[in-house]
This record gives sequence, structure tokens and C-alpha cells, in this order.
Amino acid sequence: MAKDSLYKYVLALGDDALILGQRLSQWAYRAPFLEEDIALSNISLDMFGRANLLLEYAATLKGNGITADDLAFKRNERQFTNRILFERPNGNFADTMVRQFFLDAFYKLFLQKLTNSKDEQLSAIAQKSIKETTYHLRHSSKWIIRLGDGTVESHAKVQSAIDNLWMFTNELFEMNEIDNEMLEQKIGVDCSKLKIEWDKIINEVLSEATLNRPEDANMPTGGRQGIHTEHLGHLLSDMQYLQRAYPDATW
Amino acid sequence: MVIEVTTASIWELLKTIPDPEIPAVSIVDLGIVRNVEFDDDQFNITITPTYSGCPAFSFMKEEIIRHLETEGITNYQINTSLAPPWTTDWMSDEVKSKLKKAGIAPPSQEVACPQCDSQNVQVISEFGSTACKALYKCNDCIEIFHHFKQI
Repeated sequence: MAKDSLYKYVLALGDDALILGQRLSQWAYRAPFLEEDIALSNISLDMFGRANLLLEYAATLKGNGITADDLAFKRNERQFTNRILFERPNGNFADTMVRQFFLDAFYKLFLQKLTNSKDEQLSAIAQKSIKETTYHLRHSSKWIIRLGDGTVESHAKVQSAIDNLWMFTNELFEMNEIDNEMLEQKIGVDCSKLKIEWDKIINEVLSEATLNRPEDANMPTGGRQGIHTEHLGHLLSDMQYLQRAYPDATW
Repeated sequence: MVIEVTTASIWELLKTIPDPEIPAVSIVDLGIVRNVEFDDDQFNITITPTYSGCPAFSFMKEEIIRHLETEGITNYQINTSLAPPWTTDWMSDEVKSKLKKAGIAPPSQEVACPQCDSQNVQVISEFGSTACKALYKCNDCIEIFHHFKQI
């Protein structure tokens, strides 16, 4: 039982990273200018690398010859347990940057705690990933400030992105049964305790960017139970196309 | 004549493998090879990725295998280790000067232009052509250059 919970815990973290990596990769050749195109591709690669480490670990825990690729390419949307914010569409550049900023700030706090995990592999992955997230957060924070404190149009676009994505932030701090079990075993992180620090990071950047923090209203949830927005299915149909059309094809 | 294979000779062999993205330095220089041990008739080689998404990592592993097998070494195992996480602190001064010669500013808090040593530089992008580098511009000699990010 304990091993199954650990598997589900690691798999969910892997799904978060994989889906965000896929979203960011959709910017390749489409970013506003060359340096930003490279930046988004780099961050995407970091997320794929993180997903690979986590899904390989999940596959080992599952056994039965399951591979990381099986987990990435042969599950349907209801079997993916990423949180909803990670799957939100790229929208315009401001939408992508706000999603990234909210998630980078969360990752920074989450990974810091995960480095203390009693599970050696999770701790090692966290130690590796946090160095990258530190760069990502610096990058996304700078953009929020630049867009918010920029032109009338960039300010309006980034404020609208914040208003639209705000409702998905609450799910980041939720704890389900598996999270609680992993916390009890000193393997997992108490996400509910990260909210205060997260608020601090967000408030500081938004205030420097002359942007408003929305009020909490309807805050949807469900990602960890496999209940997603319509956008995940479209993302998967693209990402999984090759393995679905030509099962077990290799390079 | 039979040449004896030792951990020292394996290290020497690995030192000849250049980093695929930055050929001026070897995978040993960068600290990617963490350990070579001989145990129970087998060479255990431990390597660590620089960045978790570094696309060159699997290529480096293939290169290690190719070099070992070309030398007729078959009793080896390559292990990947994540902890302690790779850091640019593992680079020696000699390696940093090799990077500088190749036009890449070595990892440092105080980034200096590899061409004219000026510290009057500006970041163009935190992310360069590879995950480990950032793009800078020197305000004095106007050269664009890469900085090997300090992590």
C-alpha cells in the first residue's frame, strides 16, 4: 500500500512537470523574439528533464516492466493527475508568463521542502531541480514587472492574465489523502503551509509591477483526481500522437 | 603486449572525451564524471547530469561506451547519480581558463568579458544556446559572449 501511495505521489509530480514542459515547447518558433524563444525552450527542456527523472522513478516503483515512456504516452487524460494550472493553454505571452510565474514561485517553495524528503531519490531530484527553478523564477518575475510596468497595452494584458488564472492557484496548496500519507512518512511536503510564503513572493512582484492581486472567488480543483479542463485532452492528443498511431515506435 | 587497464587509465581515457556542446573542455573537466571504481572485476563509472534536461547527457553516455569498447573494455557499468547535484564549483581554475580561451566567460558572480576582461557587461538573455549558458554583451568592446552560469 505504502509503495502504491509513493508511486501515485511521484507520478503526480511527474505529470505536473511533463504537462508544463509540453505547453512551453509549443512556444518554439513562436516566441516574440529569438532570445525569448530560446529561453522558453530551455525552460521546457528543464521541465522535460524533471518529468523524465520523476516518471522513471515512478516506473521503477510500479514495476512490471512499465517504462517512463509508457506513463507519458499510454495514459488518457483521466489518468493524468497534474494540477489544472499546469495544463492551462499558452494564450498570449502574458498568459504564459503569469502561469509560469505562479508555478515557479510555487516550485521554489515546494522543492526547497522536498530536498528534506526521507526518500533519497525524491530529495536528489529536488536538489537538482531547485537550482533550475531559481533561474526560471528570476526570468518570469522580471517579465511580470516589465509587462506590468510597461505600456498601457502590456499592463492590460498581464492584468487580464492574472485575473483569468488566479482561480487555479488555490489547487496548488491543497492536500489529498496521498499527500497526507506521504507527509506523515516525512517523504512529502505540506503544501498548505507554503501559501504564506507564496503570497509574499506574488505580492512583492505584483506591487512592483503595479498590478492588482485579485480576490479569491470560485477556485476550481480536481487535477489530482484526474478531473481536468477540456484543454488537457487536446494537449495529449498532440503529445501522444506518434505512440498512439505507431505503438512502440522507436527512433 | 597486454596493456593493463586500471582506474587511472580509464580516467585518462575519459579525459579525451570532449563535451559535445563545448568541445574546448572534456567531460572530466566539467565534473560530469564523478567516480571510477574497480570492484568485483568491473569498472563502475559514475556520471552526473549538469542540468536535468541537458540533451547532451545521453550522448555523453554513448560516447563513454564507444570509447571504452574501442579500447576493448567490456567489464564496466555506468551509473547516473543525482546527489550531490552538479555544481560549477567543481571546475578547476585550469578549466575556467580553457573556457575563457574558447570565448566563454567562466562561471563567476562577477561576469567579465572573455575578450577584454571588462566587467561593464549586460545580460541579454538568462538562457543561451545551451541550458548551462546565458547570453551577455560587453559594453566596452561590444562583443556578444556566453557566460557559463554559476549553479
